[in-house]
Amino acid sequence: MVSTSRTLALGAAGAALVAVAACAPQDDNSPTTTATTAAASCTKDSLRTRTPGKLTIATDEPAYEPWFKDNKPDNGEGFEAAVAYAVAEQLGYARGDVTWTRVKFDAAIAPGPKDFDFDINQFSVTEERKRAVDFSAPYYQVRQTVIALKSSKIAGKTSLADLRGAKLGAQVGTTSYQAITEVIKPTVQPQVYNSNDDAKKALQNGQLDGLVVDLPTAFYITGAELTDATIVGQVPQVGTPEEFGLLLDKGSPLTACVSDAVGKLTAAGTLKQLEQKWLAQAAGATELT
Amino acid sequence: MTLAPHILSEAQQRRAAYRRRQTVSSVLVAAASTAALGTLLVVAVTGAPGWDRVRESFLDPAIARDALPAVLSGLWLNLRLLVACAAGALLLGLLIAILRTLRGPVFFPVRALAAGYTYTFRGLPLIIVLYVLTLGVPGLRLQGMPSVLVLGGLALVLTYGGYLAEVFRAGIESVHPSQLAAARSLGLTYRQTMRHVVLPQAVRRVAPPLLNDVVALQKDVGLVSLAGPIDAVRAAQIATAETFNYTPYILAGALFVLLAIPLIAVTDWVTLRSARRQGGTR
Repeated sequence: MVSTSRTLALGAAGAALVAVAACAPQDDNSPTTTATTAAASCTKDSLRTRTPGKLTIATDEPAYEPWFKDNKPDNGEGFEAAVAYAVAEQLGYARGDVTWTRVKFDAAIAPGPKDFDFDINQFSVTEERKRAVDFSAPYYQVRQTVIALKSSKIAGKTSLADLRGAKLGAQVGTTSYQAITEVIKPTVQPQVYNSNDDAKKALQNGQLDGLVVDLPTAFYITGAELTDATIVGQVPQVGTPEEFGLLLDKGSPLTACVSDAVGKLTAAGTLKQLEQKWLAQAAGATELT
Repeated sequence: MTLAPHILSEAQQRRAAYRRRQTVSSVLVAAASTAALGTLLVVAVTGAPGWDRVRESFLDPAIARDALPAVLSGLWLNLRLLVACAAGALLLGLLIAILRTLRGPVFFPVRALAAGYTYTFRGLPLIIVLYVLTLGVPGLRLQGMPSVLVLGGLALVLTYGGYLAEVFRAGIESVHPSQLAAARSLGLTYRQTMRHVVLPQAVRRVAPPLLNDVVALQKDVGLVSLAGPIDAVRAAQIATAETFNYTPYILAGALFVLLAIPLIAVTDWVTLRSARRQGGTR
């Protein structure tokens, strides 16, 4: 019931958007019809994919862990690969019906024709990008994460209470800083930096016990920039989190159906499980409690 | 014999009346032009099409109240840093100035070092000195590395010491050579001459520019916040990011002005006093 009304609302919003944006390129079928009939026709046979009967999904080259594994999206391992296959299944596509293609991040968010049905590549949903492309309902809400040097006193801690006595830092004006003051509430005054670069330097110098950044940044920092740093854990959700959505061509006939599929996966708790499996357990970003 | 009562001549009376009228009319003109300009400014600002939005986002009393405790605790950090850094920079500046004015060929390396220091640290942007000392030096991971605040304070002392040294040097060199000659003829050593003859006059002469630099320092100590500590402006920035309202900045600005007023008043008073003393009415 909930998902039906959400789909209707989405359809109506989509129709309104298209009606307002009169300069959107006209497809051979009227977008209004797509939107209103979206909920009814989200089956493999009626979906107007690029190759009928197949679902073409794109991501970047190379695709990094923990979003994908071994740069092979078709193995279904890693958070985003797993989400992509879950969405395909929800739409009625078997594993064999899914073909992967590689599209650079910048090319995907640029306006213009797309040679994929949807792209999954940690795209944050923003109003600015929505003017050039379509997004599905969010499949992931970015979490704040504490990282520390492996030699730090908080490395390996598992509870928020263990972090109270730590000297934590974050970039000014970010949700990360909010996570420190509103969730962790340390007894030592947090340190605030103009940029994550300054903060990373302080962490590296040992001037900080831990640094709070969002999870994707945490993976990047610990994986590529500060290899002697490690993820301590994820902080419970705070503030208005950044959201990742599947990216589709502007006015794609699939947007409503893909969004609907993501919505159903969220409602069924599937996405939460995948997040647990691939981000918290496989990638070692424990959830701090 | 008693003096006849002094009566102004008619011409003198006319002159006095004319001057009175002139005074009254110039006061009136000044009042009118001030009122006109004031009205014009108020009308131009409050009548601007965006005034309501600006007032909401820069002058919201509720947001100012909420941000006040955080900004005040940041200001306390500014104040402590100011006192420590001002003392340090004044001492360092004086020392460098004395070294730079030493005479004799044997002191050449000392003079060269002191000159090199003032050239370097007056030229280096403060932010870069702060970065090097607060994020670079701790990377050495030496034993007993002082806290970020101490290192940041050191960066401020080094930078402002360069400016203050030049002010002190100007003061020392402004003391007339005859004073030195007189001191030597009385049998004072170089050190005694500096201590009892040159420095007292030099410092008194340059007190206003010295205090001026201290007022400037007051606004720069907050830059230490780039290494992590939360000063008044940083606290305002955090509050602004939370509410997307700029009132906390205005609040911090107003507090800075309040903090500067006593210092500026002291500067003016010192200037006035030294002017009076040099006028010989001691």
